[in-house]
Amino acid sequence: MSVSVHELSGGYRAGVDALTGVTFEAHPGEVVAVLGPNGGGKSTLLRELLGELPHRRGTVELAGRPAYVPQTERARLDFPVSALDVALMGAYGRTPWFRRLARADRAAARAALARVGLEAEAGERFGALSGGQRQRVLLARALVQDAPVLLLDEPLSGVDASSAARIEALFEELREEGRVLLVATHDAHQARAWQRVLCLNRAQIAYGAPAEALTPAVLQATYGGELVVLADGTTEIAVEHHEH
Amino acid sequence: MLSDPITRRALIEVLILALALGPLGVWVLLHRQAYAAESLSHGLLPGLVLAALAGIPLVLGAAGGALVAAGAIALAGRDERLGGDVGVAVAVSTLFGLGAMLAIAPDAPPRLEELLFGDLLGISGADLAAAAGLALAVAAALAAIHRPLALSAFDPPAARSLGAPAGRWQAALLALLGVGTVAAAPGLGSLLLVALVIAPAAAALRITRRLPAALALAAALAIAAGVGGLALSYYADLAAGASVALCAAAAPILARVAT
Repeated sequence: MSVSVHELSGGYRAGVDALTGVTFEAHPGEVVAVLGPNGGGKSTLLRELLGELPHRRGTVELAGRPAYVPQTERARLDFPVSALDVALMGAYGRTPWFRRLARADRAAARAALARVGLEAEAGERFGALSGGQRQRVLLARALVQDAPVLLLDEPLSGVDASSAARIEALFEELREEGRVLLVATHDAHQARAWQRVLCLNRAQIAYGAPAEALTPAVLQATYGGELVVLADGTTEIAVEHHEH
Repeated sequence: MLSDPITRRALIEVLILALALGPLGVWVLLHRQAYAAESLSHGLLPGLVLAALAGIPLVLGAAGGALVAAGAIALAGRDERLGGDVGVAVAVSTLFGLGAMLAIAPDAPPRLEELLFGDLLGISGADLAAAAGLALAVAAALAAIHRPLALSAFDPPAARSLGAPAGRWQAALLALLGVGTVAAAPGLGSLLLVALVIAPAAAALRITRRLPAALALAAALAIAAGVGGLALSYYADLAAGASVALCAAAAPILARVAT
């Protein structure tokens, strides 16, 4: 497997767990929706997997260093970098400090920008791009990193329809390449399109294939009063006030 | 102006400091550590005063003062009930007050002004050599860790996955800020040195759109402020450190008007 997590607990403040009892395995070629409300532990789980937060209990095994794509709303818009500069950051981890970036890395960064449809914007200042374009640039950086596991924090939140379509198509390509994608989302409907879903609300509620895991009872436990279940029996919409 | 050996020595000092402090300021601003820069330079005053009282090189006093100030700032900043900024403000005010109290004690030599505002024209050979060594070390270190500094400032949550844990590199930047502060304190003083760190960098970041250009422009503006400040001091008979600080402060104002 590419990701194996067993009885993981952790959090930000000493003695206070933001997330408890998370256990799941993800295999190559799977997109896992990490589903939950704001404050439910989605970002905490990703930060635990990144090693940003200590594992108070439990174990985490990852196939190599993961790539991380943060929420675009949290990106630094004032930073003096171009889209190409940001994509090139994906090569920093494999380049010793005393070496210049290789020509192949520059070519990989340009190819990654082309793959997300932003070849023409390579020289544009990152902060001047739209939210959807910035999200695609951050995805291009992850492509340059060439990691077997990608952790994506609400990559489809607040992006325009054209960017969302490109991003979802890219997810499918990456899945077919045998990578594992963990995608934090608060959209239960979106999660149904992917191979696995992990429901969190400060603890693990369920994990499995969407058709089995996303029952009304699980969604109710995940979202509590923020859930609206439509009467057709198949569609659930999480209603959430989203703040950044 | 250059025929005067005292001014020539001051010019060498300020040029070397500018080469390091200009780019250092860009990183300080990109990491949002301007308050730390000001705090550290003010908080090291007791070290400078003790060095002056003991008759040892000021740069040694600045180093000791910076270490104590950094420790006090780190400890005070951890107090969650006070909040980081309040804790740092209390620690720095305490250290600054302690330094002033030592400096105006009856037995103290009358050098408080020099310690607060620097003495570019009275810099000793030992202080110049120490400042040059430290400043060049800071400039070289900044060039060497350019990539992790960029990653940890641009995207702290992702920096670890890209091989540059943000906390580690932010700490490295603060350490370099401490060294740069120590290098500049004897010449520019505890109060004024922060102008050469922050002002040219703020102007450069306003004018340029790419990081390498911002780093180069900040160094150039800091050099211009140093040369312009010394010329102003020489021809208008003004305090050298204050003239350099005023010229540096003019850079972001002009940048704002021009852009």
